[in-house]
Amino acid sequence: MGRTGPRRWAGGATVRVLVTGATSLVGSAVVNLLKDRGDSVSVLQRRPGGLDVTEHLGDIADRTAVATAMVGVDAVVHVAGRAAATGEWELFEETNVLGTRNVVETARTAGVTRLVYVSSPSVAHSGRSLVGAPAGPADPDHARGHYARSKAQAELVALGANSDSMSVVAIRPHLIWGPGDTQLVGRIVDRARSGRLAIVGSGASLIDTIYIDNAAEALVAALGRAPELGGRALVVTNGQPRPIREILNRIVIAAGLELPRIKVPYPLAHTGGIVVDRVWEHRKIESDPPMTSFLAEQLGTAHWFDQRETRRSLEWRPTVTLDEGFRRLESWFQSELATKP
Amino acid sequence: MTSGSTSPATLPDPGLEGLDPRWSRLVTTPHLDGVGRTWHLLDNQVEEPRVTLLCVHGNPTWSYLWRDVIAQAPADVRVVAIDHLDMGFSERTGTTRRLDQRVDDLCALTDELDLTGPVVTVAHDWGGPISLGWAQRHKAQLGGVVLMNTAVHQPAGSPAPTLIRMVRTPGMLDQICEKTPTFVRGTMALTRPRAARPIREAYEAPYRSADRRKAIADFVEDIPLDESHPSQVVLDTIAADLDQLGDVPALLLWGPSDPVFSDLYLWDLAARLPHADIHRFIGAGHLTPEDADVASAIYPWLDQLDGAVPVSPADQEREPLWTGLERRSGDDTLAILEMGEDGEEEWVSFADLDADVKRVAAGLADLGVTKGTRVALLIQPGIDLAVCLYACWRIGAVIVLVDAGLGVKGIGRALASANPAYLIGGTQAVTAARGMRWPGVRIATMSLGQAKKRALGLRPTLPELREHGEGQPTPPAPTSVDVAAVVFTSGATGPAKGVVYKHSQIQAQRDAIVDLYDIQPEDSLVAAFGPFALFGPAMGIPSAVPNMKVTSPGSLTAQALADAVRAIDATLVFASPAALRSVVETAGEMSPLQVAALTRVRVLMSAGAPVPAALLRVVGDLMPKAELHSPYGMTEVLPVADISLSEMDAVPDGNGVCVGHPIEGVQVAISPLDADGVPTEPLTRESGIVGEVCVQAAHMRDGYDRLWKIENEASRPAGWHRTGDVGHIDEADRLWVEGRIGHIVTTADGPVTPIGIEHAVSELPDITQAAVVGVGPAGTQQVVVVAVPTSPGRRATLADEGLADRVRAEAGEVDVAAVLIVPSFPVDKRHNSKIDRTRIARWAERVLAGGRVGRP
Repeated sequence: MGRTGPRRWAGGATVRVLVTGATSLVGSAVVNLLKDRGDSVSVLQRRPGGLDVTEHLGDIADRTAVATAMVGVDAVVHVAGRAAATGEWELFEETNVLGTRNVVETARTAGVTRLVYVSSPSVAHSGRSLVGAPAGPADPDHARGHYARSKAQAELVALGANSDSMSVVAIRPHLIWGPGDTQLVGRIVDRARSGRLAIVGSGASLIDTIYIDNAAEALVAALGRAPELGGRALVVTNGQPRPIREILNRIVIAAGLELPRIKVPYPLAHTGGIVVDRVWEHRKIESDPPMTSFLAEQLGTAHWFDQRETRRSLEWRPTVTLDEGFRRLESWFQSELATKP
Repeated sequence: MTSGSTSPATLPDPGLEGLDPRWSRLVTTPHLDGVGRTWHLLDNQVEEPRVTLLCVHGNPTWSYLWRDVIAQAPADVRVVAIDHLDMGFSERTGTTRRLDQRVDDLCALTDELDLTGPVVTVAHDWGGPISLGWAQRHKAQLGGVVLMNTAVHQPAGSPAPTLIRMVRTPGMLDQICEKTPTFVRGTMALTRPRAARPIREAYEAPYRSADRRKAIADFVEDIPLDESHPSQVVLDTIAADLDQLGDVPALLLWGPSDPVFSDLYLWDLAARLPHADIHRFIGAGHLTPEDADVASAIYPWLDQLDGAVPVSPADQEREPLWTGLERRSGDDTLAILEMGEDGEEEWVSFADLDADVKRVAAGLADLGVTKGTRVALLIQPGIDLAVCLYACWRIGAVIVLVDAGLGVKGIGRALASANPAYLIGGTQAVTAARGMRWPGVRIATMSLGQAKKRALGLRPTLPELREHGEGQPTPPAPTSVDVAAVVFTSGATGPAKGVVYKHSQIQAQRDAIVDLYDIQPEDSLVAAFGPFALFGPAMGIPSAVPNMKVTSPGSLTAQALADAVRAIDATLVFASPAALRSVVETAGEMSPLQVAALTRVRVLMSAGAPVPAALLRVVGDLMPKAELHSPYGMTEVLPVADISLSEMDAVPDGNGVCVGHPIEGVQVAISPLDADGVPTEPLTRESGIVGEVCVQAAHMRDGYDRLWKIENEASRPAGWHRTGDVGHIDEADRLWVEGRIGHIVTTADGPVTPIGIEHAVSELPDITQAAVVGVGPAGTQQVVVVAVPTSPGRRATLADEGLADRVRAEAGEVDVAAVLIVPSFPVDKRHNSKIDRTRIARWAERVLAGGRVGRP
């Protein structure tokens, strides 16, 4: 499709693109976009994904597996990563930091010319409110929690590999959601179903999100603009921040569920989150905790971004509005219900 | 010369807040004192500059004072900011240097610097006399002088000499200035708002030990308070020679909240430099360059020095303001009727009014009032006000009008800025004037006993002026280019500003209103709207002032209005929307006679705030024969445009409020907004372009009083008035107003104006009022709608998704990030119709960042 116009490469040769972590929501959306515009797409992931493309199975922490997948590739969209809310640092470090090092180093060796790394706005976030914020430099020393810290280190590794022969761009989508999303939408709906969804504070903090199709198009746009943008990091959002309560409610409404009634004052949520951080870390619990300090901050303070530079640089704009996104989410839930008795 | 400790000049400590180390240099004047002296100065070292600013600090500061002036300098302006010897980081010479020596020092330094091209001196505090001494010796090179909170003379009535004498008592001087940093710290304590700690520390940096502070005490000691002081004659010479700078452009920048150099010193300097441009930074104190953005006044002022003087459009000759009255000087019929409480009435005929005006004019002249003398009129609309007003105009005195709604503090501020020589008012006003020390010789409008007169410090009273003027010849009249009035705006957006009008401009305003409503000699006017209450005599028609409280237009009842209409068979009614609302509410209490009186009204005009069509429609029911008009304008130019109810009903939907077609003789153009919501030039009349509404008219203000910077910013291009309103012109040449410049929301997709969305949202059945505000950094703001529902709860909250959807539907293309519901809006204290958007925006910003909700 390429509606937002990522430019084809000169010469007209088919571009061979490797997408890591293609079983994820955004990974598979990128694969479909690239395929639709005629690129030759291959994927690297741990489990078979059922996509109609060349599949390399393997962990990005396994350098040999990555090097194998990289053979004959022109461009890489590196999506794979560990995005859990809790867990030991070593797990994050292995997948996110070492995995990214493997990807960029083997890419350089394989003669890849463009690499887009999927990062996170949390890499530059030290916990304060973000109100129309620019994309600051990744700061592992001040990033909150293992996930953000590992993504920050990984972004520095990726952007550090930017060179004349290989352009590297980091794209930081903020809270991707859409039909089939197990991360944000899935967790909210699970909690709403079990009556555990709470509004932190007034629920009025403005939060940026991005609809899945827009995120995928931004990544493809970044691939097209990589030579001009090498070495840079850009936050991408829908440019339509909403109060956190409205986002939660609209997801819950789309899923056809009751609106949340529980309200937790922000200080309580934050303190509770800090306790949970320690307990979950100490006991090495793998399941999702009810609250983490990072999550409390995410829910209780504003997070929205200045998108002017991003839109100029990527020559990209979101094509799906929030309203349209919520409509699509609702139809998806309805069709899911219809197919699952 | 007493000897003190010596030390060489040094560069400032690194890392001082806001100070670029590259500006610092040391310069030696080899022959000074026979041994050579070394100076520290800040110098941006621009080569071949268009102009050089020579910045001279006072006591106890240093060149750091000018860091923002250097930082903001255009590429072709050189800025040299010196540290006096023994001050700042310049050499400690061990000598005592008096004023004459310091002027010599500065001349020696500039010789050494070899400044080329024109030089403009910029000085603060005791740097003022030194810079003027330099200026008088460099007239050939002098491009202008800029002075801030300084003096060349101790004007009578200043408390400063007492303060200085106190500091100079034996033992005190050393203790305060030298042995301790009290004087340095005390000066920093005068900053308003208080300067941040790193800045205070930077000011103290060169004065950390007693041996570095000796010159601070010397400076204080060098202030001449009597003839025997060695520097008195030097200062007197500098002051006397100011008249030789009559052809040198001068700019006086002032912080009025200065306990040392109060406004008295500004008026003294202004009298010595009558051609000077003046800007008073309301709220700023003694350290003018620290408290106010002086650079943003200095550089535009320099720019316009080379430019051509704007020519005001040639205007036709018009009748003087008193001619309409004079023409009826043999007419014994009613000119003005004043309606009091309980049916009391007081009236005056044209013949008596004309005679009284001439008497009082002669009486004022006898008192010493001449052309240009400022006379504040703190009198309620009515006969006394008309007499004093036309008497002042008749002899060329400048009337100062202050909206009573400003409150005691606001009136005091306005009067301090206008500085009238006389103040005429009722007992209440003259009592307040005495208590609050408002400027001006006080004149009461009524007779008072001698004891009471003495107690209020009154010179004459209005009846005495009449006596003195009786039989005296009428003094010469002013011409139409003489200044007629300083009118203070309501101050809805910051401190009230004095708007200056010339006679020609008020004449043109009178004629514009006469033309617009086709006013004939047979008409008669009920004026319940301040500015127009004064025009009856000028238009030569009878007028009546209904019984109401001046400070509260909402106190006008339908009965009071109808009584006034009935008393003079009025054909015209001028009233504010607030007054009309109250009239509509009390309409049921009218007697049949009162109801009948209103049916004879021919024109109803309502100005002062946007008038909703619904309100006019209800008023129309009370005045079925009246054409209902709502003119658009502001204190600076009124009317600009006019719309009738029938036109309002015929206008298609559009973004904002349609205020109608510009009236005859008024030019309206739009200054298009750029992507960041900043108005740009050239102006355009093209339809559909959104921007700042700019106006040009013969009845436009001449300028702002002692607010050079504001006047300059509001007068671009030259000859135009920037209204501060945002709007557009439609295909039918009608003007639409979409909000205030300051209320534009600057989103990543361009500027969003508030009024259109607000009106659409408040049309929702469950919403009464809405405000559109922006949150986030300029240029990437999010649009937020804050609304008051018809049945408000007790707490502010987020709107539910259903209401949010309906609000967003009204906003159309504009993406609304959040909809907040509040019990009520904070309103501006004095304008119960104007909601305080700044406060709402601040509140929304806090809530949407996750802060405490509370209420706005």
